[in-house]
Amino acid sequence: MVEQTPWWGALVLPAVLVAFAAAAVALDRGLDPARIGFGAAVAAPGRAVAGLLVQQRRRTLAADGLLWRGAGVVLVVAAVLASMVTPLGRWVVSDLSVGVVWFNAMEIMAWAAVWLAGWGPNSAFALVGGYRFVAQGLAYELPHMFVLTTAALGAGSLRIGDIVAAQQGLWFAVWMPVAFVVYLVSVLGMAFARPFDHPAGADLAGGALAELSGVDRLVLSAGRWVLLVSGAAMAVPLFLGGGAGPLLPDWLWSLVKTAVVLGALVWAGHRLPTVRMERYAEIAWMVLVPATLLQALIVSLVVL
Amino acid sequence: MAVVFWVCAVGAVAAGIAVFRVDSMARATFALLASFVFAGVAVLLVELTYLGVLVILMMVMEMVVMVVFMVMYMMNPAGLMPMTMVHNQKGSLGIAAGVFAVLAAGVYLIDWPDGGPPRPDDPTMQLGEGLMGPKMLAMITLGLALFATIVVTVVLATHRGRYDRYGDALDRATPDDPVRGGLGR
Repeated sequence: MVEQTPWWGALVLPAVLVAFAAAAVALDRGLDPARIGFGAAVAAPGRAVAGLLVQQRRRTLAADGLLWRGAGVVLVVAAVLASMVTPLGRWVVSDLSVGVVWFNAMEIMAWAAVWLAGWGPNSAFALVGGYRFVAQGLAYELPHMFVLTTAALGAGSLRIGDIVAAQQGLWFAVWMPVAFVVYLVSVLGMAFARPFDHPAGADLAGGALAELSGVDRLVLSAGRWVLLVSGAAMAVPLFLGGGAGPLLPDWLWSLVKTAVVLGALVWAGHRLPTVRMERYAEIAWMVLVPATLLQALIVSLVVL
Repeated sequence: MAVVFWVCAVGAVAAGIAVFRVDSMARATFALLASFVFAGVAVLLVELTYLGVLVILMMVMEMVVMVVFMVMYMMNPAGLMPMTMVHNQKGSLGIAAGVFAVLAAGVYLIDWPDGGPPRPDDPTMQLGEGLMGPKMLAMITLGLALFATIVVTVVLATHRGRYDRYGDALDRATPDDPVRGGLGR
């Protein structure tokens, strides 16, 4: 069902992720109320990258450079490694026997990365942003883990290939709707994308990103968008039947489904107001944790 | 394989030493995290995929939570003043040397089985059955004890209890919280 690519698959993967991330940035700019127009929106990611590459690096007093600059590198590497187990149609870079756990372990690196990005510059606004993300992480992570567990339960395996195979008859999104919705919400949370962008909020002059400039800002922003893409792409094998679909080849179905999920996430970010983490924390612990546990219970009973 | 092992072994020890050499709580905590991640990769090398990935996953979470507490409670969080991470130097040196000697002696003195029963096909499955089968009672007890510890710690540490929130007679309909949560209470 799912087969590993040769070694060069690992080189293609970052290119695919970056292409999706650029498309997501273009869509994000295109949905902007300023109505910048189609051409400007398509050119937006390239312009942003070029601008950041020539921008001078901002320095702050007594910054911890190693931890600060390391943050972006950790985020972008973890975001790419998270997709290592995500199949594109039939091909996957590495079909680990514990793919779900691997994905979870990689995306949780964002906790460390964003806190470090906030800590490093020795700036109050950035520091508050870093702490906000840790608080947000404590809110989204438990429901997120229960949801991943639920998908694995439905297939009886932690291997992503097996989870795709288990959806031959019925997509998990159809009979685990709560898990699917909570998964999408926590993907936005982990990538601190809108509406969960309070850690990098405008009220903090950019929060964790406040003092970042030039190539450092480029690396961290790229990591953030690639993480969002990785999360959206993983929704396809976990809940939307992977590459299954009529007429089109399976790799194309994977791409189409990923694009739809990613587009829906970016669009939702524009329709919803920023969620503060103290609000989300209460919703997560009082509503989402019980709801996802119930979902897991129902799925276990059905599978039994 | 051997190269990865040595990189991990040396890296884990070096990062472990760095924990006590750096003078910032953030650096010390993330040096410790690096040490744990190297140890996790070493576990991956013996093909215990689940345990190895789990070690990395748990340690990243734990160290991020720990850095919050380290910066909160320890002296000199940002490394602006000289400080030392070393306490009870002679005693801890003695303990460390003793433990290392015992473990190293064990490596050479124990008659390790070779050949023996073949590896299980799926170590993750074996682990799950081991934990949830014969050791089920122990794991349930352990889980309850851990959970009770967490609840007790939070209850002891929290600034505001239910009497602050719901009044002395616990008769307030909506809690009096300084910050409103997301459920409109």
